Amino acid sequence: MMKYKILKKNDLSAFLDALKERYKIWGPRSEGKQIKFAPISDAGLMCLDKFQNSTMSPKNIFFPQSEIMLSFRRSGEDANIYKETENKPSTKAIFGIRPCDARAFFLLDMIFKNDQFTDTYWFSKRDAATLIGLGCNEPCSSCFCTSVDSHPFGEKGLDVLASDLGDRYLLKVLTEKGEKLLGGLSFLDDPKDTDLAEQKALSKKAEDTLSSKISLENIKSKTVLQLYNQDCWSEVNEPCLNCGTCTYVCPTCHCFDIQDEVYRDGGVRIRNWDSCMSWLFTVHATGHNPRPSKKERVRQRFMHKFKYIPVKRAGEIGCVGCGRCVNLCPVNIDIREVVKTMNSAK
Amino acid sequence: MRERTEKIRQTAKRLLDEKTVDLVLGHRKGTINSRNAPFFAHKPEDVDMLIWDGNCRNNLANFLVHYKDKRVAIVAQGCVSRNVVGLILEQQIKRENVYIIGVPCLGMISPDKVMESAPGEIVELKEDNEQVILKGRDFEITLDRSGLIRDNCNQCTHRNPVLYDELVAGEVKEQEIADRYGDIGNVEAMSAEERSQFIDELLSSCIRCYACRDACPLCYCPECFVDKFNPQWCGKSVDSRDVLSYHIIRAFHTAGRCTECGACEDACPMRIKVRMISSKAEKDIKENYDGYEAWEGLDAQPPLATFKLDDPQPFIK
Repeated sequence: MMKYKILKKNDLSAFLDALKERYKIWGPRSEGKQIKFAPISDAGLMCLDKFQNSTMSPKNIFFPQSEIMLSFRRSGEDANIYKETENKPSTKAIFGIRPCDARAFFLLDMIFKNDQFTDTYWFSKRDAATLIGLGCNEPCSSCFCTSVDSHPFGEKGLDVLASDLGDRYLLKVLTEKGEKLLGGLSFLDDPKDTDLAEQKALSKKAEDTLSSKISLENIKSKTVLQLYNQDCWSEVNEPCLNCGTCTYVCPTCHCFDIQDEVYRDGGVRIRNWDSCMSWLFTVHATGHNPRPSKKERVRQRFMHKFKYIPVKRAGEIGCVGCGRCVNLCPVNIDIREVVKTMNSAK
Repeated sequence: MRERTEKIRQTAKRLLDEKTVDLVLGHRKGTINSRNAPFFAHKPEDVDMLIWDGNCRNNLANFLVHYKDKRVAIVAQGCVSRNVVGLILEQQIKRENVYIIGVPCLGMISPDKVMESAPGEIVELKEDNEQVILKGRDFEITLDRSGLIRDNCNQCTHRNPVLYDELVAGEVKEQEIADRYGDIGNVEAMSAEERSQFIDELLSSCIRCYACRDACPLCYCPECFVDKFNPQWCGKSVDSRDVLSYHIIRAFHTAGRCTECGACEDACPMRIKVRMISSKAEKDIKENYDGYEAWEGLDAQPPLATFKLDDPQPFIK
């Protein structure tokens, strides 16, 4: 397998044009006040220069906020019978995924599949996509990926990792999918040893730039119940509004609710993102709610990320350190501070 | 700002020391440059965390309904004090249970304006009287605070608390605003199609996290209409019709009650100008009901909760 290639930035347009024959190209775009991953017809549409990360995580590419699963019509041959919605996603090449978000895909791959079931809605889109990640030369001040098993130049979940070396990208091929994507493209050069050294230096520099560090040692060694029964939750939950912001912007939050919507001439079964911050998330048909107050709901989110997922998924941490919730929580509940509190509480 | 912070701390300490209140609701410095956090001082030694600056954008009145059985002191500028009045008049809290530490306000800083003024990621924001200093990894710029004030604060005519137990600074001069609803007027002037398109675009990025609702002191219903499920009142997807229903119905519910504190816009992770809808309702109330503005004092007569034989009704068609 070829391992490294060089793509000159001047050739980026030609590169994407060549890929267009085989793939739908997606990349980060600036739209209004947001940066979002969207289809790209031209390399110039991507905001790669001033782009730290997308406002929302890119999980919606494979796990849209609202997704129709089944539908029916009132009349015709199959009247009133739910049918599977055609689910043939396009073959995508997605440029500019950050390593933290790619690790989130890796985690969600584990979560959307177990020994009995595979979530075909996730995997049909995920399998049809090739991810060209982009290393973070300048991580945000709210990023803490290195504390949660990720890295500004992490490779987990990606097919190709691109590193921005100024006037060119160093592409590292990580999977067969990645190899297939880059195969047969004439304008890719072989890298020089100095290119590899430069990438290494960038990676080291990015790692050193990351000023937020959190320790998970005590969280790892304590039992679920010890953490669950800590006193700190009464304090942590106090400012929380129980809105859904942290869960919706989070790349690893993956809970959904399934709804039937019926219209005059038909209907759909639709799955929508759901949020454990809402009281509605756990309320039973009887009216009983096992998470009756803010405290239980706030505890759930942090316990899920930092204890339940590690316990169930071979030690993988359920947070990738992207910092979106840090920046967007309306009341500044900073996940880094919560973890410090969890880790230090007796 | 420093004087206000000092005075807030002194007052909070005294109230907690003397056990006049069970807790003091204030603001603390945030962990990121553009945001402070609500802070709950339960003990006298907590008060040193309290702060007052241009990032105190959370409306603390929002939390009062969670402490109905406690005596709470609240740090309140003009808009927040009006929301406290509203909660008292709507019988959600008792006047005798709340101690209002009034703060004459100079307007809050807009994180959007700050971000747009900086050439890169801001790692530190410092306020120095009339100036704001922004520091990034490779830049430092000084800007006039007046150019960074949020739109709703620029249009505010109630900077001084309307109800308080004590003030932490002398009253500030109220602003005289010629055209408070200029933006709304522009939308009103559009054709129906243009207006519909405008609203669709305004709300196109809504993710229905309900942060706008949850940050709002008017939205204290134990069960919001969007959460009703038996029967369900509103679709749950991000279909534009359901998103629109949510925002419009919420604005109906806030009409005549909204103090334009801006907490909804501040909470929105997608930076949607939510007030474009709720302010339209406020403008209508003002125009149709003799210039009424929400909760200007304990004698307020909210037009949608008061009946008079001579109520104007030309808009009922």
